[in-house]
Parts: sequence; structure tokens; C-alpha cells
Amino acid sequence: MNYIWYVLIVISIIFGAINGTLNEVVNSILSGAQLAVKIVLTLMGIMTFWLGIMKIAEKSGIVEFISKLLKPAAKIIFPEIPKDSPVIGNVALNFSANALGLANAATPIGLKAMEEMQKINPDKESASDSMCTFLAMNTAGFQLIPATVIAILAANGSEHPTEIIIPTLIVTFTAFIFAIIVSKIFKRIFPPQIKKGEINAG
Amino acid sequence: MPVKEICEILSLWALPAVILIILTAALIKKVPVYETFIEGAKDGVKVSFNIVPYLVAIIVAISMLRASGAIDALSFLLSDILSKLRFPADILPLAIVRSLSGSAALGVFSDIIANNDVNSYTSKLAAIMLGSSETTFYVLTVYFGAVGIKKFRYALLTGLCADLAGIIMSVIVARFFFG
Repeated sequence: MNYIWYVLIVISIIFGAINGTLNEVVNSILSGAQLAVKIVLTLMGIMTFWLGIMKIAEKSGIVEFISKLLKPAAKIIFPEIPKDSPVIGNVALNFSANALGLANAATPIGLKAMEEMQKINPDKESASDSMCTFLAMNTAGFQLIPATVIAILAANGSEHPTEIIIPTLIVTFTAFIFAIIVSKIFKRIFPPQIKKGEINAG
Repeated sequence: MPVKEICEILSLWALPAVILIILTAALIKKVPVYETFIEGAKDGVKVSFNIVPYLVAIIVAISMLRASGAIDALSFLLSDILSKLRFPADILPLAIVRSLSGSAALGVFSDIIANNDVNSYTSKLAAIMLGSSETTFYVLTVYFGAVGIKKFRYALLTGLCADLAGIIMSVIVARFFFG
């Protein structure tokens, strides 16, 4: 991440200077920082609500119930997670919320799953294998119905906006499976112990 | 259109149904719902504040990159090669930006639709590509930021590989269905 962040900023400044857009680049620092805080503020309210609801789900035994239900699948995808951990329940709920397109509910639940994974992570600064696999599943963006895209297509006079549902499902499902497989391959290439101060590409 | 109606009902009822199920289960198990809600909700504020530095770091860097025009230049450079693969040049900014910024991707998509026929191959490919994407950088930043992870290890590489696979699959599938 160190390397990527450095490259993003240096390229922007150098390219901005050559391209004559240096002024825009400078302005984008302020607007980008404001946007980041705006996103967090928007997220904070809904996050607080869902973390509250999720605590109730946890105490009512729902999370545990889902964890038990998905134990066989979880064993294959997340071998590092102890089998009676509630993490799997949170992961499953995060996945379901994402699949239904409920990003507002998915993010807080996903963060809850991350917190649980962090508890069993031996190195608190560095991502564990389960986290990498979990986020691979998340970034693949599996969604049953791409509602926003359909809405935009419909608003622009598309004849059959819903005809993209099946093709999109095929793409996103393939990417999802691919992401899990790739994370399993990379797991072998990138060993967990990384020396302090070492720059890593991830 | 029945599919559309099912979608609407599904998205309308998904959240209320989840909340109802959770509260009903809590009632049966005699969980004190209000106190439990507050106990969990306190984390929301804490987690949000934890995310701020991570999100500022990544969003500023990406905003700078977009403002510099480097993404447009890259699209221009690659457009010749890609048009031979039936990958319309208009789509390229979307393919690049969709991993970086969700709002930017939506903007680019709206642009593509405005500049092409909404029923064209290009528009449909763009729709599939956007619909199947998730903002990889944003997800990683927020999720790792919330728990204070600074070394992402192979998470970003995996996310970008999946994004690339999504882009390639979009083209293949779009050609199959609409090409």
C-alpha cells in the first residue's frame, strides 16, 4: 500500500504539471478530503443503527444459527477460522446484504466480521488470510440485481433495461469464484510474516 | 414486467423483513432489545472515526489522479489496441475508474449512455461492467481501516485480479448476448 499510495500521488503531480492541470490537482486535494469525511459522516449514522441491530441478532442467537448452517462451506473458504466462531454468521449476513444490493446494511455487518477476524489475527497490523479472502469476495461485487444500473438505463429510455440482469449475474458470479480461487493461490505466494518496515505491494 | 416488480418488492421488503426477524428472535429469547441496541450502536461511532484517516488518504490520492487527467490519457493511449478486440474506446475509462471510485464510475456510465444509443452494444456492455463491479479501493480502505490493518498483503492484488476478470468476462458475455 505504501508503494501504491506514493505512485498515485507522484504520478498525479508530475502528470498534472506536464498536462497543465496542476491547479485542478491541487484543488482536488481539498475536495477529495472533504468527500472522504462526507462519506464517513453518511456512513456513521447508518453504521450505528446496523451495529445496534446486529448486536441484538448476536444476542438472540441468529448469527450463531447462520454460522452453524454454513459450517461446511465456511470450512473450505475460511480454514483459519475456528469452527464455532460467530464470524461465519457475520460473513454470511454481509454476503446476503450485498447480494440483495443493501450496501448500507452490508458495510456495517462486514466491518463487524472484520473485527471478529482481527481478534484471532496474530499480527494486528497485517491482514490475515481470512481477511484477504473475505475482502476478495466483497470486491468481486456479487449482486443479484444491479438496481442502480437498471434504474439509469430505464431513465434513459432503454427498451429492456432488465435484460442485463442475467449477463451481469454471469459476470459477477465468475469474478466472485475467481476472486476466492486467486486469494487461495496468493496465500501461498505471500507468507503471513512480513518484516517490520518492509514495503509491500499490497 | 414481472421481473421488475419482483425486484421492487424484494428491495422494498428485504430490510424490514430482516429487522422484524431479528427483533422477533430477540423477543423469544427475552433479549433486552433497547439496551442491546445501544451497546452495539456505540461501536458505530468509534468505527467511523477509525476509518477517517484511511479514507482521506485513498480518496485524496484518487481524486488527484483523476484531476491530473492521467486516466483520460491512458484511455487514449490504449484505445487503438482495444478497438481491435471489440472493446469500445468509450468503455475504457469505466473499466479503469470502477475499481477506484463508485461515484466517478456512475458519472462515466451516465456519460457513455448520453453519448451512445442506450440500446447499443456499447451501452449494454457498460451497464454489465458497472453492474458487476465493486469499488475495490474503497472496500479495502474502509474494511481494513475499521480494524487498523496497515499491511494489506495480497488483498489489493486479489481484488484487482478479480476486477480484471470481471472486465474480460463482461466483454465476452456482452458479445455473446448482444454482440
